[in-house]
Amino acid sequence: MMKKMFLQAFTSLTLLVSGVALANEVHIDVKAPISMSDKASLQRGAKNFVNYCLNCHSANYMRYNRLQDIGLTDKQIKENLLFAGEKVGETMRVSMNPKDAKKWFGAAPPDLSVEVRARGADWVYAYLRSFYKDDTRPTGWNNQVFDKVAMPHVLYELQGVQVLDHETHTLKLERAGKLSPQEYDQFAGDLTNFLAFMAEPAKQSRYWIGVVVLLFLSVLFVLVKKIKTEYWKDIR
Amino acid sequence: MATNKKTIAAGVLDWVDARFPLTSTIKGHLTEYYAPKNFNFWYFFGSLALLVLVLQIVTGIFLTMNYKPDAELAFASVEYIMRDVFGGNIIRYMHSTGASMFFVVVYLHMFRGIIYGSYRTPRELIWLFGVGIFLVLMGEAFFGYLLPWGQMSYWGAQVIVNLFSTVPFIGPDLSEWLRGDYLVSDATLNRFFAFHVIALPLVLLGLVAVHIVALHEVGSNNPDGVEIKATKDKATGIPLDGIPFHPYYSVKDLVGVVAFLMVFFAIVFFMPEMGGYFLEANNFVPADPLKTPAHIAPVWYFTPYYSILRAVPPIGISQFPGVVAMGLSVVAFAFLPWLDKSPVKSIRYRGKLYKRWLAAFVVSFVILGYLGTVPGDIWGQFGPWLGRADRATVLARICSVVYFAFFALMPWYTKKDQTKPVPERVTY
Repeated sequence: MMKKMFLQAFTSLTLLVSGVALANEVHIDVKAPISMSDKASLQRGAKNFVNYCLNCHSANYMRYNRLQDIGLTDKQIKENLLFAGEKVGETMRVSMNPKDAKKWFGAAPPDLSVEVRARGADWVYAYLRSFYKDDTRPTGWNNQVFDKVAMPHVLYELQGVQVLDHETHTLKLERAGKLSPQEYDQFAGDLTNFLAFMAEPAKQSRYWIGVVVLLFLSVLFVLVKKIKTEYWKDIR
Repeated sequence: MATNKKTIAAGVLDWVDARFPLTSTIKGHLTEYYAPKNFNFWYFFGSLALLVLVLQIVTGIFLTMNYKPDAELAFASVEYIMRDVFGGNIIRYMHSTGASMFFVVVYLHMFRGIIYGSYRTPRELIWLFGVGIFLVLMGEAFFGYLLPWGQMSYWGAQVIVNLFSTVPFIGPDLSEWLRGDYLVSDATLNRFFAFHVIALPLVLLGLVAVHIVALHEVGSNNPDGVEIKATKDKATGIPLDGIPFHPYYSVKDLVGVVAFLMVFFAIVFFMPEMGGYFLEANNFVPADPLKTPAHIAPVWYFTPYYSILRAVPPIGISQFPGVVAMGLSVVAFAFLPWLDKSPVKSIRYRGKLYKRWLAAFVVSFVILGYLGTVPGDIWGQFGPWLGRADRATVLARICSVVYFAFFALMPWYTKKDQTKPVPERVTY
């Protein structure tokens, strides 16, 4: 009877732990296409990040040469991603002064090193796709998942211009951009994938170390269990 | 040759024993410390708590080598550990997972003490030292949580330190004295670091030592709540139901240790955030004194008490009653040895009445724990007939009442309870 009760208590506890989601202001109903094994996507994402984000947003904890983890060589990194004489061992800094940035945008662009860990990949993916034209905002842009966002839609040339249908609360493409909607989704997906990688570059390696550690412990468990049984044979 | 070696070893041992109680200590605490032979699953958590303590100290030492207790550098230094220090991410995750697992293990260890009456005579002091360990552990976790200098670190510390400002008359000065500034700042981070890495660990180690010394003085309780020292072998003076801790329990605890490490490392390597319970998402945003997060939740192990804090209504504008209730809910455990009037120790021989109260307490504790992680208005409000009170708050109030009633009414229901006869010897 007691045992059953504790078992039930434990199961409800574990359910509680597994079913948690942080209370976000908006409901995100898209899943970001995250795949750490898709090196091509991560490399495209890195290029997108360096070309479009890294002018205003820093990634102060991310070293350029860490991109080796997604299959780039130091030479490739130097030739394709370093434009301002940075060294390959440096972190992804920006030269914009945060004070100026605050004056220009109303808020300093946040560092993006661990943004995916703070917001979640799905949020970031939705955010990149949810800008719309809003003439009441100083920048002329607003965002469905981040209301009154200070950042203008930097990628509008690629995505085109979306407008918000205030009745259905859906976004409609008013003017097409350089990319088709599918291409833009892939662009945003690659970028999100890279941001997710950057948030914890060592994530992949800890998975396989974990498998080895657990295998080792499983063998050890069998052994110590045998020792215990052997010693306890004579206890009655 | 072999005999020669043996004599040298024995000689060294004699030399040490003449100057330090080595052999007698090993005998008294390991090879001739007789523990009841009927320990079950619940008895793993004492040695596991010791294991986690060691893990926390060792990983903590390595973290300290690269961590910078400076408001400008702290957040970046944690990311530096995560990215640039060899094995740093694993050490950091072991420490953060260890913090939560420490509480898991200690809560289960305390629960064991409650169900088998381990706090009863002659083990009251062991229990009091244990409550002391629990309090210090909470302090240790609280101070440590500020160190990553994320938003949750910062605002969690702000909320907790502000609790002290509710103390009548001296409150505001008291909280300012604790912070060392008008708000949580670099000065606060520095002193919390000092408390976390040296002051409290020293107290903790001292308390753990006296906890174990006191235990080995009176001997362990067991799932039957029978004193094994009452029936000794007449010739040897050894308890009939006792077996030497080493090798029997050292090899048994080893099984527990390996099983625990499997769970521990599964979390460390595959889900160190534990869905936001062990590492909160908001803590990956650097601390910003000008931006208050919409929802500030403490880490899961504090949430039952945090729920009680929120559930108690203020008197006038003073939140002090809630703070007192929260403090009391933690300290209440210390009174158990004197609240329990039952003629039996173990739940095995207690009646239905006690079991129902215990079940109500456990359920309340878990519900309070859950409610502490979510905003008070999570389930909306009742209609006008209940004054539009938050549904979750009403439930938290009910659970808080049950929580305190478990302690306050214990002298009554343990006396009234229909107990069963206790056997002379342990059941094995």
